Amino acid sequence: MFNYTIFGRAVKGKIVIAVEMCKGCLYCVEACPKHLITEATRLNTKGYYPAEFNPSEDNECTACTLCAISCPEAAIEVYRDEKQK
Amino acid sequence: MKKIYARPKYLKPVSMHYCPGCGHSIVTKLIAEIIEEMSVADITICVPPAGCAVLTYNYLDVDTTESAHGRAIAVATGIKRVLPDRLVFTYQGDGDLAAIGTAETVHAANRGERITTVFMNNAVYGMTGGQMAPTTILGQKTTTSPFGRDLVREGAPLKISEMLAVLPSTVYIERTAVNSVAGIKATKKAIKKAFKVQQDDLGFSLVEVLSPCPTNWKMTPLASCRWIDEVMAKEYPLGVIKDTTRQTHKKEAADAD
Amino acid sequence: MTKNKNKKLMRGNAVVGEAAIKAGCTCYFGYPITPQNQLPEYMSRRLVEVGGVFIQSESEISAINMALGASVAGARVMTSSSSPGISLKQEGISFLAGCELPCVIVNMARGGPGLGNISPAQSDYFQATRGGGHGDYRSLVYAPASCQELADLTMEAFDVADVYRNPVMILADGMIGQMMEPVTYDNYKPREIPPKDYILDGAKDRPSRIIKSLILNPHEMEEFNWKLARKYRIIEKNETKYEEFMMDDAKVAVIAYGTAARIAKGAVKRARNDGMRVGLIRPITLWPFPSEIIYRRAASVGLFFVFEMSAGQMVEDVRLALKGESEIYFYGRPGGIVPTPVEVQRLITRQYYQKGLI
Repeated sequence: MFNYTIFGRAVKGKIVIAVEMCKGCLYCVEACPKHLITEATRLNTKGYYPAEFNPSEDNECTACTLCAISCPEAAIEVYRDEKQK
Repeated sequence: MKKIYARPKYLKPVSMHYCPGCGHSIVTKLIAEIIEEMSVADITICVPPAGCAVLTYNYLDVDTTESAHGRAIAVATGIKRVLPDRLVFTYQGDGDLAAIGTAETVHAANRGERITTVFMNNAVYGMTGGQMAPTTILGQKTTTSPFGRDLVREGAPLKISEMLAVLPSTVYIERTAVNSVAGIKATKKAIKKAFKVQQDDLGFSLVEVLSPCPTNWKMTPLASCRWIDEVMAKEYPLGVIKDTTRQTHKKEAADAD
Repeated sequence: MTKNKNKKLMRGNAVVGEAAIKAGCTCYFGYPITPQNQLPEYMSRRLVEVGGVFIQSESEISAINMALGASVAGARVMTSSSSPGISLKQEGISFLAGCELPCVIVNMARGGPGLGNISPAQSDYFQATRGGGHGDYRSLVYAPASCQELADLTMEAFDVADVYRNPVMILADGMIGQMMEPVTYDNYKPREIPPKDYILDGAKDRPSRIIKSLILNPHEMEEFNWKLARKYRIIEKNETKYEEFMMDDAKVAVIAYGTAARIAKGAVKRARNDGMRVGLIRPITLWPFPSEIIYRRAASVGLFFVFEMSAGQMVEDVRLALKGESEIYFYGRPGGIVPTPVEVQRLITRQYYQKGLI
């Protein structure tokens, strides 16, 4: 049900992580099929190393929502670029 | 960009007290999503007992009453019998459901109470610091089985779901795990089905969820998820343990003609 | 006694059931234990006839928690047991008080401690009035002395439980539960009950609600405890009930409740026949205890003769009430013994003369 591609062109998307709600469990890091999420190097106010979203030119988020589904804190919002329809 | 996934509406906007990687927060979030998708928030009553999930009323934006340890199913029975058309579910841990509350669990299931139980099995007593639970795995070290659970001394891990499946009035029992995205999806599907079983007035429904407890297992969250696959799921195999919903439908259909 | 209104000869245990139903009780959860079995039996038929909910649960613990659930959902609910079963319900009763939920709990007390026996006794007084459960809470405790009072007080218990949102206990015993007397259910005039705007029935067109007794922040918990304490002061002021019998010129005041009071009345009448100025003060609410009335009598009464079917529990409240200003003589028969009025009268007479109260 995740349409990685619409009419052959890769769907573009992004996620926003509520850094202060993240407890650094890294489930999202494991869940992301494209490995776009890594553990940050600086602490959040709670003292956790939160997850950090860093896509790159040739490796973009496809809004598959697996990271958000796996997040125990519901701290990840997923956006999809609808313009390409 | 269109937002296609956000914090569920009936999950209060507060940070949950659960430990990093805890299965409780995942399932609490799932329940909030299910309540929204089934649009049952205005008829849902949640009964969490004492245990890690005791603060569920701070997280789920539905009518909630927190019951004594082990007695959630009895409280839920009282509520459901008074309000049969409401969706009543308990959200219990393994110590609560399979130790102190065993009698309540067995008899509510045997009476076929039209309630749903979400049974979080994380193999330990989480809230109180990781003591041995009825579901602690053989050899598993906990604060009260420091040498590892021993069959002779402490008996084997209790298969409460399988035990309940023997009772005629239990209609749907499934065991899932929230240690992977696939497992999380399966858990959500199972809980949703269990709620439907209740609304279809078929009988007692229970979903057992193997849930990581990194803090008390003394593992990282990801290692806990692996431990569930490698060890826990061997003792507690995943899958549908009982599902007589189709027969009951057929029976009703047969009765109807 | 009002002359035969539509009176019906009924057994005490059943009277409690019928009174509850007349009071609008729609849920009953029980468990078999002598000497209160006729109550669950009665409710298993009668309550279902009126479309109510009856469950014989798997234990008294489950029963009290089912009752808590029904109360959460806004129903008028009752559960009953006898001494050992009431011990099992104590955590639940504490939760009812902590959640500020109404519930009527009936104890047909029996000889104890431990398994004890099935004879009538009054050895649960402390458990009932001091709260056998944990935490600073009180339950209002009614002590009926007849089947008619069982009817009236049960009906009142439901109103009082709703008005104060607190557990209310009917403390009787095996004898009152088993005896048959004519009763009417028209004595009791129902009270004005505030709307139940706290119950859980699904957050439809309103914000979701929480009913709980967990308050992790000690400051908030303290404040909640003082709130309960204020409620209990109000109950003490408004709900204390007692009966005075031949007390006007009494030199000896017998203090007894329930079955013991019935026996004491017989003894008092006999003593009066022998010209002794003896009277009876009968607490009807054991908590709140009628302390002021007893204290006020200290001026005129030379001796307070406390009679209980126990080894002596209410006597402590009498001692507290009198603040040392009068002499107390305690006579108790624990273990399920039911003394005769003659036996009690003999003791009153001896005290009467020994103290020179002629």
